[in-house]
Amino acid sequence: MNVIVCVKQIPDPALPGELDADNTLKRDGKLILDESDSYGVEMALQLVTAAGGGEVSLVSMAPNDEVSGLRTALAMGAVKAVLVSDPALAGADALTTAKVLAGAVGKLGDYDLIIAGTESSDGYTGTVPEQMAEVLGVPSVTFAKTVAVDGGSLKVDRQTESGYDEVTCSLPAVVSVTAGVVEPRYPSFKGIMAAKSKPVETCTAADLGVESISWAQSITAVTDAPAREAGEIIEDDGEAFNKIVEFLDGLKVI
Amino acid sequence: MSISNIWVFAETNADGAATTATLELLTKANALGGTVTAFVVGSAGGAAATFADHGAAKIYETGDLAGALPGVAVSAAMKAVIDGGDSPDLVMFPQNYEGRDVMSRLSVKLDRTVLTNSTDIAVDGDTVNVTTPIFGGMKLVTSTFTGEAPYLAAFRPKSFEPAGGVGAAGEVVAAPVPDLGTTGGATVTAVHVEETSGPKLDEAAVVVGGGRGLGEADKFDMVEDLAKLLKGAPGASRAIVDAGWVPYSYQVGQTGKVVKPTVYIAAGISGATQHMVGMKGSKNIIAINKDKEAPIFGVADLGIVGDVHKVMPQLLEALKARG
Repeated sequence: MNVIVCVKQIPDPALPGELDADNTLKRDGKLILDESDSYGVEMALQLVTAAGGGEVSLVSMAPNDEVSGLRTALAMGAVKAVLVSDPALAGADALTTAKVLAGAVGKLGDYDLIIAGTESSDGYTGTVPEQMAEVLGVPSVTFAKTVAVDGGSLKVDRQTESGYDEVTCSLPAVVSVTAGVVEPRYPSFKGIMAAKSKPVETCTAADLGVESISWAQSITAVTDAPAREAGEIIEDDGEAFNKIVEFLDGLKVI
Repeated sequence: MSISNIWVFAETNADGAATTATLELLTKANALGGTVTAFVVGSAGGAAATFADHGAAKIYETGDLAGALPGVAVSAAMKAVIDGGDSPDLVMFPQNYEGRDVMSRLSVKLDRTVLTNSTDIAVDGDTVNVTTPIFGGMKLVTSTFTGEAPYLAAFRPKSFEPAGGVGAAGEVVAAPVPDLGTTGGATVTAVHVEETSGPKLDEAAVVVGGGRGLGEADKFDMVEDLAKLLKGAPGASRAIVDAGWVPYSYQVGQTGKVVKPTVYIAAGISGATQHMVGMKGSKNIIAINKDKEAPIFGVADLGIVGDVHKVMPQLLEALKARG
C-alpha cells in the first residue's frame, strides 16, 4: 500500500505571527513541520505497516527551498519527498495549492491513498484536501478520526456536527484527518540520521505543468480589530475566588 | 455586472428544521440585495417556509443523497444548475464540515478561488469585500475577489444575526445529483449521534473552558462541575482535545465551535490564537491562569493570576454554599 502525505512547513506557531509587506504571512524565518500534519504522517506509517508492505511519500509546497520540516517527517519514517519550491507560489490561494500538490502527486507514481490534515495551523483555509481530490478525480472523506483499510476499500469514522458517520470509500482516495487521531511518534536518532540522505526532489510549478500561476483574490487592507476594554487583572491572594463569585453575581448568572 | 443572484448553501438538522447557520447567511444575503436562493442538501421539507421567511425567493433541493457525502454530491448538483443557465454571482457557505467540502469541490469545478473563515462581507457595485480575522482575531484582513463570478466565500457561525419576516416566495425547484463517476466512491453506511446532557456548547449562556493548565485529564472534572453548577456547557482548548482528555465535540476555537456566551470562564487556558478565535466574541470573559503574561488576560474582563488547582475548588465550594 502506497500512501502519500501532504505536509506543510510553517512558521513556529508558538511565535507571534507577522505579515510581509504584501500582507501575506511572513514565512522567511525558520519553518517547521505543521504539527497537524504529523498525525497524517503517523497514520500513513501505521496503515502501511498494517498492510504489510508499501511506502509513505511526502508532497509539500513552499515559496523557498526550506526542507527542515520535511526532514522531520522523513525521520518519522517516510521514504521520499517532492517539494514544489517556487517563488511564484508565494501567497498562492488554496485552489492553486491544490493544483500544484496534485501535480506533485503525479511525480510519485501509483498511490492508494493521499492523507492530509484538515487544515494548516497557519493559513487554515481548510479546503486543499477536498480540492485536490476534485483535481485528481477521486473520492474523498474529510474529518476522519479513524481510518482502516479493509480489502480494497477504506473504512473511515468521519466527524460530524452531532457525532460521527461510518463511511466506506473506494481507493484511490483522499482523506483528511483531524488532529489527535493517532499519537505521532518521535523520530529516533537513527531515523533522524537516515532522513538526511533520503531523497527530496525539488521542482517548480512549471515542471509540473501547472500553468498560469495567479489567484483571483487580493488583500486590500489589514486593520486592528476593535480591542476589548482592559479588564481587571488580580493576583490570587487566596481570596480571588470571591471576585469571580461577585462578577458572576453581577451578571445575574447565579 | 452587479451582485444580483446570491446562493446560500442550506442545511436542515436531524429534526428537519433549518439550521441557524443557514438562516444567518440567508439574512445577510438578503441584506446584500438581489435575488436570494437557498441550495438545500437533501429535501427542504417543512424548512422551506423558514428559508423563505429569511429571504429565499428560490429553493433548490438535491433530494436524498443516497449515502453520498455532501461535498462531492451537492457541488455536482450546483454545477449542473449553473451549466443549465442559472449562474450565481456569489455563493455563501457556512464554515462547517459540509459547507467547506461543497465549496472546495465547486471551486475546482468552476475554477474559482475561495475565501474562508470570514466574518463579514460587503458589496460595493461590482466589488465584493470579505473580512477575515487573523492572529486570534487581533487583526482583520479585508480581501477582494478580483476574478470572474461566481465568488465563493465561507463564513464563521454567529457572524450575522438571523432575522425572519421577509416573506420571500420560496419556490422549490429540484436540483438532482448527477452521476458522480469516479469521485462518488464514498458512501455513508451508518450515522452515530453522540448524546450530550445540559445545554449545547454553542448555545449555552455560560461556557467553562479547560486547557492544558489543568495538568491532567482527571482535573477536567472541575470544569464539568463548574459548568453544571452554572447551568452551562463545558468546553476545551485544542491542546487537551488533541491529548485525548475530552472528545472533539468539546473543542472551542478555529477548529471546533464558536461560542458567544454571556460569560466564558477560561480555566488553565493560555489563549492560543486557535482558541481565541472561538471565544473572543463572548460578552464577558473570566480567566484563571498562573502565567500573568498569558494572552488570555488580554481579552479578560476579570483575570485571576493564580493556580487553577486552588482557585477552582474554592470557587466550586463557594458556589455550592450559595445553593
